[in-house]
Amino acid sequence: MQLTQTMPRPSLLKQLSPIDWLFSLALWTGAAYALSLYGNNMDVYEKGFLFGAAAVFSVLGWLWKPIRTLLVIIAALSLFGIYDYHADLARANQAFFLKYILASQSAIMWMSVLFVLATLTYWISLASRSDFVAKVGTALTWSALTMGLVGLLVRWYESYLISPDVGHIPISNLYEVFILFSIITALLYLHYENRYQNRQMGAFVLPVISAAVGFLLWYTFDRQAQNIQPLVPALQSYWMKIHVPANFIGYGSFSLAAMIGVAYLLASKGILASRLPKLEVLDDVMYKSIAVGFGFFTIATILGALWAAEAWGGYWSWDPKETWALIVWLNYAAWLHIRLVKGLRGPMLAWWAVIGLFVTVFAFLGVNMFLSGLHSYGTL
Amino acid sequence: MRFAISLLTILAIASIIGTVLKQNEPYANYIIEFGQYWFTAFQWLGLYDVYRTHWFVTILAVLVLSTSTCIYRNLPMMIREMRSYRENATEQSLRHFQHVAEFQVNNIAPEQLTTYLDNQGYHYKLKQNGDHLLIAAKRGSANRLGYIFTHSAIVLICIGGLIDSNIPLKIEQTFGWKKIETRDLAESQVPAISRLSANNLSFRGNVTIPEGSSADVVFLNIADGYMVQELPFKIGLNKFHIEHYTTGQPKMFASDITIIDKKTNRPILAHTVTVNHPLIYDGIAIFQASFGDGGTHLNLDGWNLFDHSGESFPVTGSIHDTSKLATDDTQYTIEFSDFRPFNIENLGDSKKTMHDTRAVMGGNAVADKKDLHNVGPSFQYKLRSADGQAKEYSNYMLPMLLDKRWYLLSGMRDAPNQPFQYIRFPLDPERTLSGFMRLRGAMLDKTRHPEIAQRFVASAIPDAPADVKNKLADSATKVLDIFAQGGYKSLSEFIEAKIPAADRDNAAQTYLKILELATYQAYVLTQAQAHQPAPKMDDETGWFIRDSLNSISDIFFYGAPVYLQLANYDEVQATGLQLTRSPGKNIVFGGSALLVLGVFSMFYIRERRLWLLIKQNSVLFAMSSNRKTLDFNNEFARHEQDIADIVKGK
Repeated sequence: MQLTQTMPRPSLLKQLSPIDWLFSLALWTGAAYALSLYGNNMDVYEKGFLFGAAAVFSVLGWLWKPIRTLLVIIAALSLFGIYDYHADLARANQAFFLKYILASQSAIMWMSVLFVLATLTYWISLASRSDFVAKVGTALTWSALTMGLVGLLVRWYESYLISPDVGHIPISNLYEVFILFSIITALLYLHYENRYQNRQMGAFVLPVISAAVGFLLWYTFDRQAQNIQPLVPALQSYWMKIHVPANFIGYGSFSLAAMIGVAYLLASKGILASRLPKLEVLDDVMYKSIAVGFGFFTIATILGALWAAEAWGGYWSWDPKETWALIVWLNYAAWLHIRLVKGLRGPMLAWWAVIGLFVTVFAFLGVNMFLSGLHSYGTL
Repeated sequence: MRFAISLLTILAIASIIGTVLKQNEPYANYIIEFGQYWFTAFQWLGLYDVYRTHWFVTILAVLVLSTSTCIYRNLPMMIREMRSYRENATEQSLRHFQHVAEFQVNNIAPEQLTTYLDNQGYHYKLKQNGDHLLIAAKRGSANRLGYIFTHSAIVLICIGGLIDSNIPLKIEQTFGWKKIETRDLAESQVPAISRLSANNLSFRGNVTIPEGSSADVVFLNIADGYMVQELPFKIGLNKFHIEHYTTGQPKMFASDITIIDKKTNRPILAHTVTVNHPLIYDGIAIFQASFGDGGTHLNLDGWNLFDHSGESFPVTGSIHDTSKLATDDTQYTIEFSDFRPFNIENLGDSKKTMHDTRAVMGGNAVADKKDLHNVGPSFQYKLRSADGQAKEYSNYMLPMLLDKRWYLLSGMRDAPNQPFQYIRFPLDPERTLSGFMRLRGAMLDKTRHPEIAQRFVASAIPDAPADVKNKLADSATKVLDIFAQGGYKSLSEFIEAKIPAADRDNAAQTYLKILELATYQAYVLTQAQAHQPAPKMDDETGWFIRDSLNSISDIFFYGAPVYLQLANYDEVQATGLQLTRSPGKNIVFGGSALLVLGVFSMFYIRERRLWLLIKQNSVLFAMSSNRKTLDFNNEFARHEQDIADIVKGK
């Protein structure tokens, strides 16, 4: 008789290896060290977030082992980048490693290039049915998101080098959140890729990241949006640190689901069907992704309401951004209802997921660009 | 369900309209935008405040009711379902399941299977039924809690929202117990029918308090009017401050306020309110919402643009106040509307008089252009003549360097939706306006034109015969006279009327030459009379003369006989506070927590049921789930394999 049948399934804690514990220990030590260095400048919420992050990333690393490697590498790279600055911002254009790899601008350019390469690679693998090429695509995606995260972390430090009162977490404007979007969508995709042991979906998910990268490049070269700007008073809140990432887990998941929806629609018409995963797998990824996105979007909207209650004088003011968040929420609530309660499956849900992306994009960008309200990143 | 979805769709469409159509604007703006017909139609639908219309709130209430009934009806069944093991399932029904498997074995001991179920985290019940034993097992029943949590959460959130809405006020308005005030009255003049008592359950209103003043009411903007909400305390503003980053963007908006007891007039609490850090006092939250001018005192130099003396006279005034201005023929009123201690925007931007401190916009990396810089204070006023006509002016205090020369700028417009058009007054080498104003006085004074013309002739053709000199002097006097009537415009009209088309260009050039040289002489003259150093014959003076002529031409279109130059000011700022009382807030937040809990238990707890029907020579295995997912298929396959191994004794 097999062991798995007779023995109770061991709990997560019992499955952990010494490396897992070491990883977690490193995270908590890092958090404690950061507290000892900067604790005087943090309020109670920020201290909470610091250790909350240690806890969240511990568990993430335990559940999905590649996160451990990712965190170790980005910690090493960004700490080296920070060290290499010698507290002098001018070194971004002088020191070799900063200039070509680790300064936030360079790292973000690397991220952009790698994401585009990954997209191409996934398509080549889809066309050639080559598993090896697909593995290269995966590696490129991991590298891209590593560089993106390093870029954001170094940028965070750079903002403090400009002036201590300018320093802030780099998720405060359209430029920065587009990087965040690319990273989160890539991470979600890699998770599904690992979980379903299927690399073909990359050819569909990576284009949406490449589109974000394309916007980012236009925004950088045409509009010089990459400069770090200080925070306006309304954004000076600890809520930003959780509201924005939660929202982007939502946006990332919805985008991923829409792209899988596209794959589903093609495959259901017989296009690329032999190269793509089975329809029911695509359907499952789409559902899981929307479920995750919906959960986090719910949290993000509630966090937004909590923040609005402090900054705008009311938890709900029917600001266009709030209203569109509600519309997005209702849209996916309806999607999930139809699927779970009515048991609907098939192309209609895939179409709906694709259309959902347009609603989401409007809520994310369109509201800021076309409608007037308090919640605006300004015009492009 | 279908009914609920239709209602939700209506709400979603209404919400979209509400985001596209700017809400709660002054009604005049809508009339301009849509015209009278559509304005009335949209007003009837309540589209200008869509989220507070009767029908919107009614739909919300109906949804709350129907969701509540839904919960009430389904709750007992849900709980029964959660508890039940469905141990009464018959063999017949199990065989009809989608996920079913049968193993042919003899005399299997149930303990082996129950151990397996224990290890897999299933709860189960055994039931002997005639010839067979049924093991009915289940897992993840808390999934059903997800349904209860999410739906109760929505009800709670809506109830909280309805508590904080203005339903009581709506009812009072419907019965005519309360009425909105649409006239522009002083707060104390607002009649009781438009005032709400301090006991009002919930409200959200705004008040502007100048430094050194206090307020004990807030204003609720409703439709095209307002109501006055009384407060249980008084708020005094000691000081409003703005801090800036070194790059010029705002870093902090803060109001030093004092809560004052209404009865005793004694201060109770001093506190600084900033954006993101409201003060909550007596159940009322006080937010930093905006700022503006609180009545800055201005000391001005008035320059009569059409007199001949070139001297200024003093004018004083305060923002939000009026001053009288008497000229020779008519009486003007100056309505001071705004003062800005600094300007970092482009010239010509339309300006708001209150600035929202809560906007998230400045975080944008692109909006902040680098070439913008602070051009100093400015103030804005309307000049209303005795017949009620008014033009609006915006004057900068400090000279501005444009095309490498210094000017004082004054913007003028006829209507608020137009951009300002700027007149530039050139500055003399001492960087004052006096040189220009004296020159302007002489240029508009016909009695002085012959003398100016004589000087011009003497310097232009010193050696010419007397009759030639006299002829040129007459021409020069004529040119000066025409220019004094209406600037370049008069001159060109004169040329068009009197000179044949073929000669016009030449004549125009000659006249301009005469005008410029004569003006130079006028400048020499006025400078000497004012005991100022004589102007040099250089480019700078040349430009000054040309600029002066342009300005003199422009004052005929300036629309006011007076230019007001800001000499100094004593700034008084005002803070805009938003005050809210929202007892529903905690209900909404409680509901929100429940919602998150519900959503996650709905998606991440999967309900599964499992049956093992054990007979003498077979085991029937069936599974079901309320959600058909790939994970469930996989799980069934795994259990099928495991159970097959167990019953076959592997």
